[in-house]
Amino acid sequence: MSETLSITMTVNGRRRTVDVEVHHTLLDVLRDDLQLTGTKECCLVGECGACTVMLNGRTVDSCLVLAVEADGGEITTVEGLSQGGDLSALQRAFLEKGAVQCGFCTPGQLISAHALLKENPHPSVPEIQEALAGNLCRCACYEQLTDAVLAAAEEQGK
Amino acid sequence: MRVEQVGTSPARVGGIDRVTGHQKYVADLRMPGLLHAKLVTLPCARARLRAIDTRAALGAPGVRLVLSASDLPLPMPRFGPQWEDRPVLAVDETKYHGEPVAIVAAETKELAEQAARLVRVDYEELPPVFTLPGALAPDAPLVQDPSLRPGDPLANTNVLREHRVEWGDWSKVTAEAVVENTYTFPMVTHFAIEPHAFMAAPDGDGIAVWSSIQHPNWLQKVLSKILDLPLSKVRVYAPDPGGAFGGKQHAKLEPIVAFAALRAGRPVRLVLSLEQTFQAVRRASCEVHVRTGLRRDGRIAFQDVRADYLIGAYADIADRVVGKGSYPAAGPYNVPVVRIRARSILSHTTPSTAFRGFGNPQVNWAVESNLDEGARQLGLDRLEIRLRNLAHKGDAFIPFDTPADGDWAQSVRKAAQLIGWSKSLPPHRGRGIAVGIKSGPTTGLSYSVVRLLADGSVVVFAGTSDMGQGARTVLAQIAAHELGAPLDWVAVVMGDTAIVPYDQQTSASRSTVLMGNSVLHACRSIQAQLKAMAARLHKVSEAEVEVEEGRVRLPGRELPVVEVLKAGLGAMGGELIGVGEMRKDADPKHPLRGAPAFFEFNCTAVEAEVDEDTGDVTIVKHVTVSDVGKSLNPLQVTMQDEGAAIQGLGHTLMEHYIYDERGRIRNLGAIDYRIPTSMDLPLELHSEAVENLDGPGPYGSKGMSEGALLCVAAAVGAAVSEATGVVIRDLPLTPERVWRALRDRR
Repeated sequence: MSETLSITMTVNGRRRTVDVEVHHTLLDVLRDDLQLTGTKECCLVGECGACTVMLNGRTVDSCLVLAVEADGGEITTVEGLSQGGDLSALQRAFLEKGAVQCGFCTPGQLISAHALLKENPHPSVPEIQEALAGNLCRCACYEQLTDAVLAAAEEQGK
Repeated sequence: MRVEQVGTSPARVGGIDRVTGHQKYVADLRMPGLLHAKLVTLPCARARLRAIDTRAALGAPGVRLVLSASDLPLPMPRFGPQWEDRPVLAVDETKYHGEPVAIVAAETKELAEQAARLVRVDYEELPPVFTLPGALAPDAPLVQDPSLRPGDPLANTNVLREHRVEWGDWSKVTAEAVVENTYTFPMVTHFAIEPHAFMAAPDGDGIAVWSSIQHPNWLQKVLSKILDLPLSKVRVYAPDPGGAFGGKQHAKLEPIVAFAALRAGRPVRLVLSLEQTFQAVRRASCEVHVRTGLRRDGRIAFQDVRADYLIGAYADIADRVVGKGSYPAAGPYNVPVVRIRARSILSHTTPSTAFRGFGNPQVNWAVESNLDEGARQLGLDRLEIRLRNLAHKGDAFIPFDTPADGDWAQSVRKAAQLIGWSKSLPPHRGRGIAVGIKSGPTTGLSYSVVRLLADGSVVVFAGTSDMGQGARTVLAQIAAHELGAPLDWVAVVMGDTAIVPYDQQTSASRSTVLMGNSVLHACRSIQAQLKAMAARLHKVSEAEVEVEEGRVRLPGRELPVVEVLKAGLGAMGGELIGVGEMRKDADPKHPLRGAPAFFEFNCTAVEAEVDEDTGDVTIVKHVTVSDVGKSLNPLQVTMQDEGAAIQGLGHTLMEHYIYDERGRIRNLGAIDYRIPTSMDLPLELHSEAVENLDGPGPYGSKGMSEGALLCVAAAVGAAVSEATGVVIRDLPLTPERVWRALRDRR
């Protein structure tokens, strides 16, 4: 029988209290309970990066985190990147540099890039490639992803 | 108002939704009363089905429906773009690992998953064939029931079809060198990051179906036939696919999901797991035997190619892939004598289907690599031998086909220059250069509707699927350019068969050319209406008015379109409507039922370094040059070109299915399979476009989304050979394979 627990998380700056099934992942809860479908579901075993979110300042594969582990945590999803309706420098750079094709991996790429720039505001190309290595892009706009992160870093540094 | 000209790279139309998480893929749609579906599959490739007991599953909590073959109409409805051979659910026998035998629909995903495990299948595992020798053995079990191919002399074999292309006179052949080798190409999968997802719901007295599909109108036809509903009662929604690459062209599991929704009387959604996606679509593996005859000066005297493609358990579009992909196997060269024989061979494996390059990368790998062997044997430069044989623009290099439609040598010279072909190399490094050619669409039919609204804004209705290639943006650019609207005043409506007019398909890099021309024609119709409007308003004859690129030219003055439009529509308002049609009819006399609208030509050159201790290949520099006619959106052209190049590095260096002895894929998943990541890129990657405005598309454009994948393997293989002195004729060039080849080097 399934068991539920009440958890409270801050998601994109907003406090949310949800009764979650104890075996549900953070990805399940974001997508199905909170209707935040920007975070994508693909491999479900932490290999593709489509479900990447930030939890307490670190990127995680939300398919590998139980929702109850996120209790009390602070979460950023792709829906939380733009402030007051304005795209972030990173989101703008993704569009300008052509880092978006089909778009399915984009939310995970954006979160990984966002986390990188928080930690390292001026990353080198190899640092960017390493930070995004866990986010597969089959359209393979990897060069453009790197360009976009470099451009956003420069923009933010101004 | 600034007119967005074609040839610029504005931000992607639909891009904002993609960077904010608001883009809705099929799995993201919410619908009241939705049931979640799970498939029941067997842990083996081929099995005789004796009985399926669904009672326990039906009694499980939250379960609303379980369907197996006995719950569907008999004979079992079958479908497929070439042969109607694929059953809605397996009946009597499963033919590949992962083929569904039942479907369960429940209130939650978990309840459906639990109930799927309760379906009891009584089956007997049978020996499968999953290799070419296995499928061709005289006593091999038949994959297809011969009754599906009545009157076909091959029906009692696993050879689905044999394609032959021949020209020239063998009795007049003179060749000083003959090079003969066999090459293999692995089974690889599309791995779109969006797993395939399907949803269906009863819709009045019809049905609505959502699918991440490339050909919504094809799907509509399939469902109409299977469900015995008129086309008007089958509404297909095709939300932008999250990557497709050919794997989402034709119907797969939509029919069973539609049956489930109609039986349950509620919406039903099925989202495949990544593992199931691997089991759903793949590229055909291939063994290619090539005999190349050469004159002493490097001219090709003949090409004799035999290609056996191992397709899957159902035909899907795989046999067309074999026929069309192998057709230009002799390459973009003037070859006087050619014989190409290609067979599609059925096996108990995942049905292979269209995949970027459409059957051509397999033969390209072989024929281009063999040409390099010929050059080595004759002591000729590998660039020079290509230039010596390359067809010139206008040459009928394939008799009775579209003549060479570009200055291809220009692309080759550019690639050679960018890679630094004649520069000396450090140890363990090598270079390779190869060319690829692919036939574009051979038939097509694309309608569009363009509406110029009263304020000068524009709505384009086009049935193309935007799966990442950026068709939405390019079509918007064309309309903006012709009608003088800013790009962000143009909306493009796609993916709904109830409101968007018919489009045959999104494949073969056709959309810029065929749908692009259709939209252009629709805009021209509106321009004609504007012309009449301007003549009436300004009391001049229509002959004195010209409308182009968003401007209306009258004797002595020029007005923006919007000004004429507003004055012409008057106080009542309204709009101007243009209908576009682009038709490329079939030619029954042509072996492919039509000569291609254009060729995709690409030259790829690489410099690679091989670590002799580990066998690891590093691509130091990768140059791709594509003949695109005109880049309507240069950034998107680069993205498609580089994307194709990197995808090509996948099957060249790392990707392949691994089968066990029972015909099951053992490496289902992102780590065990392996596609290129940001850490696997060439150290330098250059994409260049040759633009001579010589294509049949709008403003001289050609399709270009596949070219840069065609000859990656041959270019990399040649570089590895030069770096190590070892020739490897099997892909992928994994470190293990390269290391073993180096170890065995004498």
